[in-house]
Amino acid sequence: MIGRHKHCIALAEFSREEILEVIDLAVSMKEVLHRPLKKVPSLRGKSIVNLFFEASTRTRSSFEIAAKILSADALNWTSASSSVTKGETLVDTAKNLEAMRPDVLVIRHSAGGAPRLVAERVGCSVVSAGDGAHEHPSQGLLDCFTLREKLGTLEGKTVAIVGDISHSRVARSDLHALPKLGAKVRLCGPPTMMPAGIERLGATVHHDLREAVDGADAVIMLRIQHERIGDPLIPNTREYSKYWGLNAKKAEEWLKPSCVILHPGPINRGVELSPEVADGPRSVILDQVQNGVAVRMAILYLLAGGSTAEGAEGKA
Amino acid sequence: MSDVIFIEGGRVIDPASGVDGVRTVVVQGGRIAEVGERVERPHGARVVEARGKWVTPGFVDLHVHLREPGQEYKETVATGARAAVAGGFTTICAMPNTKPVNDSASVTELVLARAAQAGLARVLPVGCISRAQGGEDLAEYGELKAAGCVAVSDDGRPVASSGLMRRALEYARAFGLPVAVHEEDPVLAGKGVMHEGPTSTRLGLKGIPAAAEDVMVVRDLALLELTGGRLHLQHVSTKGAVRAIRDAKKRGLAVTAEATPHHLALTDEDVGASGYSTDFKMNPPLRSAEDVKAVREGLADGTIDAIATDHAPHSAVEKDLEFDAALNGIIGLETAFSVCLELVRKGALAERRLVEALTAGPARAFGLAAGTLAKGAAADIAVLDPAAEWTVDPARLHSRSRNTPWKGKRLPGRCVLTLVGGRIVHGESRS
Repeated sequence: MIGRHKHCIALAEFSREEILEVIDLAVSMKEVLHRPLKKVPSLRGKSIVNLFFEASTRTRSSFEIAAKILSADALNWTSASSSVTKGETLVDTAKNLEAMRPDVLVIRHSAGGAPRLVAERVGCSVVSAGDGAHEHPSQGLLDCFTLREKLGTLEGKTVAIVGDISHSRVARSDLHALPKLGAKVRLCGPPTMMPAGIERLGATVHHDLREAVDGADAVIMLRIQHERIGDPLIPNTREYSKYWGLNAKKAEEWLKPSCVILHPGPINRGVELSPEVADGPRSVILDQVQNGVAVRMAILYLLAGGSTAEGAEGKA
Repeated sequence: MSDVIFIEGGRVIDPASGVDGVRTVVVQGGRIAEVGERVERPHGARVVEARGKWVTPGFVDLHVHLREPGQEYKETVATGARAAVAGGFTTICAMPNTKPVNDSASVTELVLARAAQAGLARVLPVGCISRAQGGEDLAEYGELKAAGCVAVSDDGRPVASSGLMRRALEYARAFGLPVAVHEEDPVLAGKGVMHEGPTSTRLGLKGIPAAAEDVMVVRDLALLELTGGRLHLQHVSTKGAVRAIRDAKKRGLAVTAEATPHHLALTDEDVGASGYSTDFKMNPPLRSAEDVKAVREGLADGTIDAIATDHAPHSAVEKDLEFDAALNGIIGLETAFSVCLELVRKGALAERRLVEALTAGPARAFGLAAGTLAKGAAADIAVLDPAAEWTVDPARLHSRSRNTPWKGKRLPGRCVLTLVGGRIVHGESRS
């Protein structure tokens, strides 16, 4: 359990305390990652099924390695196409996998709400690894963890999220979590990439990048998906990059010296981030990847294993 | 006198003849013989005690999907007609998007034959606007009318081509058929699955902006002005559409409009509150509270003529899915009166206007000889208990499908007796 929750589906439903429970535990999980023997027996005998209906490298590997470090057995079930085109419904697929008695089902799906539908039908815990444009809770939690690690605290900090907000589940999870830890969120992108009524979720909306990043403590750059160009949301990546991309010059002139840059990956180098910025001193992108493993260890541990943080050290 | 029925003691509400008060309704030979305050009861007449009840013309629904031919696992003409009379509806207009679609006399005749076999509600088929609902060529309106169609519609599919819409309005004039349209710009709607607004943003579901409906309503009102003819706007759901229709009516255009109980009662926020329940997925989608308010006002002031259910049965095969993948539509025949009576209780609708929008309003819109208790009219009657309360259990409804957003909800008011042509087709006294 994470606080009151048997599942980890939406940070909209998580309280400040529940978010802190995960990221506090992730601190000790990260320590495990740096041991010479990266293995604790906490989830020995537990099984985790990764059910991925959408392509993913980072998130799936991250959940898999998190499970393995905790000694759980991890099964990866990947479908190139959606359940509907395969002929088996999502509910049937989930029930079949549940019959194999996993302790946690990690699901990624292109349809918003799919993890919730599965959670309603199965007995085990369900973790969303991203559903449509709804939420990507483990990404939101690892962003919180990384920002707290780099900034010391989120209290009173300003975080700008830049890119295609309307299609971004990462932006939504960040937007639900960051203010609960005391941060202010600014959203920035072309008006065609701003979803209706997003400001009601508690952010300010900007279309001018310079204004959005001015004085910010952190900037989260989102990936621009090439299929959005034909939608048509933007004329081309060249113009997008000119107005909403970050290069070394803009970073130097517009960002305050301590400002860090995050990106959920995969990066379109030269579109939203120039290579110098992606690999530069402000970039904490690879820290995010490592913290992602720690956060997912914490999520799996809390849902499949013990109820107290001390168990992370193993109760073999 | 054995075929004489006296319905006594009830409050007769018949907006078509301006009656609202305690009256006795006398039925003889399948027709209304008399509606009076003091009527002598002849020996041998059958008596229906209706004290405390409402006695109204049988309801007229301009918009139902009966799924036969082709998708009988969802509904048949018979099960749909059974659901209709259970909900007080005695006349229902069957949309043509069956498999095959109703663009020919043979499908029209099949629907009519099945309805006659069922012997429940009167089923009036609606033919296609375009052949095969393909949106390109006109269907044969003359043949459809002659076979028994009362209107044409490509419902479920908007008429994307302005050129086809123009010709449909013009050509239908030759046969006096209303052209009933599902107003939605397909490009603006895109792959949207719910109303575009803060809720779709929060849920991460693709939105359909209200403007997708507005632009088509405005287009078709302009085409109506060009062509003459009769335009009927189906399931109006937006503030902009209501405003445009109100303005068009002021200018004297021959436009009529319907609204569904769900667009009057529910908002897009209910999609979120339901936890992505696909019983809240329909097209047009549930709109914002502001739109709902405008639709209610439009119904109250007569901008919207009729309440129509858009009864759209689907099985679990189409509904027990991700929200994105589920088909649009909900059943509505058996909950319409109760849902709307709840609006009356909330002060959003007057009792008499409610009855009018279920009877005389729709009958006028399609020019049907229905929706009245005038002397000589067919004895299609609903007896309703406004004091009843019930809990919606989809398994106990008469429809073959169970896709209702009111599952488990407690609702006021229920139809206790339904007569079609003087025959009791629903209710305890059925014998």
